[in-house]
Amino acid sequence: MSASKSVKTIVSEGVWTNNQSLVALLGLCPLLATTTSATNGLGMGLATTAVLTCSNGTVSLVRHLVRPEVRIPVYVLVIASFVTIVELVMQAFFYEMYLVLGLFISLIVVNCIIIGRAESFASKNRVDLALLDGLAVGLGSTLVLTTLGGLRELVAQGTIFYQAELLLGEAGKALTLNFGNDYQGALIAILPPGAFIGLGLLIALKNLIDRHARRRAPARAAKAPVEAQAHPA
Amino acid sequence: MKTRSILLAGFVLGAFAITGVTLVAVTHLTVDERIVDNQHQAMQRKLATILPAGQSDNDPLADRIQVHAPDFLGIDTSQVYRVRKGDEPVAVVLEPVVPDGYAGPIKLLVSVLHDGTLGGVRVLSHHETPGLGDKIEESKSDWVLHFQGKSLTDPPLEKWSVKRDGGEFDQFTGATITPRSIVNAVKNTLIYVRQQGDRLFVPVDTSTPATVQGKS
Repeated sequence: MSASKSVKTIVSEGVWTNNQSLVALLGLCPLLATTTSATNGLGMGLATTAVLTCSNGTVSLVRHLVRPEVRIPVYVLVIASFVTIVELVMQAFFYEMYLVLGLFISLIVVNCIIIGRAESFASKNRVDLALLDGLAVGLGSTLVLTTLGGLRELVAQGTIFYQAELLLGEAGKALTLNFGNDYQGALIAILPPGAFIGLGLLIALKNLIDRHARRRAPARAAKAPVEAQAHPA
Repeated sequence: MKTRSILLAGFVLGAFAITGVTLVAVTHLTVDERIVDNQHQAMQRKLATILPAGQSDNDPLADRIQVHAPDFLGIDTSQVYRVRKGDEPVAVVLEPVVPDGYAGPIKLLVSVLHDGTLGGVRVLSHHETPGLGDKIEESKSDWVLHFQGKSLTDPPLEKWSVKRDGGEFDQFTGATITPRSIVNAVKNTLIYVRQQGDRLFVPVDTSTPATVQGKS
């Protein structure tokens, strides 16, 4: 990577075109396991984003110090430290949420997205860009986690953001949408197969949107010169 | 030259390890008190829901013993929290484990009042099927609330099973194993408490606190 990417490219790649969850399909273990509700997905996404941003920033800061032969163990050390810190902070401030996500918080250590970004981006770029990349990639992942969580929750229980107060405090209750109490949910959505089906549908949806955008793009490009001719300066 | 490079790499790695450990240690020290406090409060909130309000004046979390009764409580050593008002025993709270849940052990919190009736039952953790067996959580259904006020005489001992087995307690559509094993575990807990009687209320011998209180 010779020239550093522009801010716009970093954000759009992180959130959409190179979304690590939908395009690279990295970090599937937490993605599939924790998305039984929108709240869980959001909590997991935010925790991952925090770790990712901190580790990206640190890895970029020390990129000239770290000898190539020990870089991977150093990244693992950095990531593991931040995950432990996030876990402790979560226990201190979001205890109920921690009880729900429990084990999966520690498993952020082995989330390939984080070490992937450290190796492929943060170790080659300036600190500010690395932080931005961490935020953008984290945001992209959080979006997928929350959407998949909301989707599964809606199909299985007929609610969205149920128990959001665990994460967002009392204000979170306002987010909870309940579509009828006697809704007989489709159980499969909340079981492991539902996670795979839901993820598949999300990937399909993203590809559809992208294809639609590509079809329109040439049309607009073709139209633009015509307009320019019609209105000569 | 090669040795120097290896040493340098080792040094860098070591420096990162030390920095990482320091950061974690500092965070731990900063938030540790808060975490312990959170755990304490969460437990107290749980206890409050299965004990009669305003009838005790001690801290059950501090006034506890460990008992060994795997046949009744499903776990090698179980905590027993004692609830008192002055010197009068009010209730005991036990943490039995249901060994035969549908998808692994289920941890319960059971309070037994001094007259032998149930103050309440709550599920602390489980791995039951979402949508079927997880109706044992009080946030999903009121099934677990029906234990309150029951005792070994109401219903009589032979009725301490789910309706499908001729007993008093509801099962869930599509999930009989979970309620069946919980009813059984609660019954065993009641039998254990009746069998032990006031022995469970013997004050902690302060001369040997370490052996009685144990670790949490």
